[in-house]
Amino acid sequence: MKETLIIAGFGGQGVLSMGKILAYSGVMQGCEVTWMPSYGPEMRGGTANVTVILSDRRISSPIAGEFDSAIILNQQSMDKFESKVKAGGVLIYDTNGITHAPTRTDIEIYAIDAAAECARTGQAKMFNTMILGGYLKVKPIVDMANVMTGLKKSLPERAWRMLPQNEEAIRHGGEIIRKIR
Amino acid sequence: MAEKEVRLMKGNEVIAHAAVRCGCDGYFGYPITPQSEVMETLMELKPWETTGMVVLQAESELASINMVYGGAATGKRVMTSSSSPGVSLMSEGMSYLAACELPCLIVNCQRGGPGLGTIQPSQGDYFQACKGGAHGDFHLIVLAPASVQEMHDFVDLGFELAFKYRNPAMILADGAIGQMMEKVVLAPQKARRADAEIEAEYGSWACCGKGTRRERNICTSLEMQSEKMEKINFHLNEKYKAIEAAEARWEQIDCDDADYVLVAFGSSARICSATVELARAEGIKVGLMRPITLYPFPSEPLAAMCRRGVKGFLSVELNAGQMVEDVRLAVDGKSSVAHYGRQGGMMFTPDEVLEALKSNFIK
Repeated sequence: MKETLIIAGFGGQGVLSMGKILAYSGVMQGCEVTWMPSYGPEMRGGTANVTVILSDRRISSPIAGEFDSAIILNQQSMDKFESKVKAGGVLIYDTNGITHAPTRTDIEIYAIDAAAECARTGQAKMFNTMILGGYLKVKPIVDMANVMTGLKKSLPERAWRMLPQNEEAIRHGGEIIRKIR
Repeated sequence: MAEKEVRLMKGNEVIAHAAVRCGCDGYFGYPITPQSEVMETLMELKPWETTGMVVLQAESELASINMVYGGAATGKRVMTSSSSPGVSLMSEGMSYLAACELPCLIVNCQRGGPGLGTIQPSQGDYFQACKGGAHGDFHLIVLAPASVQEMHDFVDLGFELAFKYRNPAMILADGAIGQMMEKVVLAPQKARRADAEIEAEYGSWACCGKGTRRERNICTSLEMQSEKMEKINFHLNEKYKAIEAAEARWEQIDCDDADYVLVAFGSSARICSATVELARAEGIKVGLMRPITLYPFPSEPLAAMCRRGVKGFLSVELNAGQMVEDVRLAVDGKSSVAHYGRQGGMMFTPDEVLEALKSNFIK
């Protein structure tokens, strides 16, 4: 198993921490992992992204030119990364703020209305874990028990009281993600 | 055991943990992106409450390196960290430390230059780190980590080499290795050396309080008599020869049957290891030679590859071509050598490196 994932959106959407939760979940599962934050000139444009790789084997490059999966959370990231998904790969996007839906026909495309759902329930902080839940429904690369441990490990102790809501958001994300094609 | 726990950490965070655990006595630094997590993590760890290690934010990089100078002169395990522009500010201090033969550890988490440049990763300080980097004939011992685990391991190794040779050591990392998170296993806590141990081991040179036991030690780099100064230079040269003979470290991946060899260090080497996989999948026999020590540079393994008949070497660096000069010296005209690089904080992808290899050697 080797999964190369890009998560891309605005700074503040929880892009980097979503990647960290997934990476720590991979550690709990015994995978090799790398977490490489947007540390290139793209971050000057107000977008944030992180490349997370989970693998059974030693990971060579933490930097990738194309991805097995992409989680896209704004239009700029859609413009930049839709073309970088491998043929047969997966693109997941939150519909909020997307003005040009993805057009590729050689990849699987899923949509999730997590921003709208979080606005409806008044739980904006659950946005990134809800997205993560949607992703894990499509790509169940780590066991849910390891995800929950990874979630706890990646949060500071002061945030542990928020664990139940985050666990619920991960489950709910799996329920509301839908396949476009 | 908690000691064996696998953690997920940034390279910069790991430098801090490794410093505490290897029994470091003092860290003196000044913040700069992309290495600020080193001191941030140390401040969170509060080692002054556990091991007694001093952590101090100095007023500038000049103050930091001179605090290191003072601490090193007393035989303590002291270190600093910075990023490229800050390291330039420290260069005078490094020359003095090297002249006085004082052991210390300096971490450079490189960013793009020249000048203030960019906060994104670069390997543009290779010349600075390996060719002196300040006035006078001297060398730092330079280690180039390519993973978060090596960021951890090279802190202790850097100190060991620094004390073995009484010479400043540098970890030459970059923004990518510093900011990246990977799995890491932290070493067990080592005790800091007691004053009596320092006196016993380093009393011949360290200014650690002579009592009535011996003559006083003096750490100075000033020698007004040329005859004496040249003897000091000759002594340093002998030491550098000994370091070159004994301490070169490198890693070879798939080089045994390779027609072409990528030469790369640090984050570039990680990217190039994926290029090797891509090339082999296409049936092109490519290997990777990764210098782990940049000074001393591992010339002999490259020369041996020439003797075996490697057709071309591509030095892949995040700069305009610096290490490639050492590759050329090692190859000594016996094979083709080319350079491929990106600058300004841009990084290459594995397939871009493969394209560069093909365009240089496989027409």
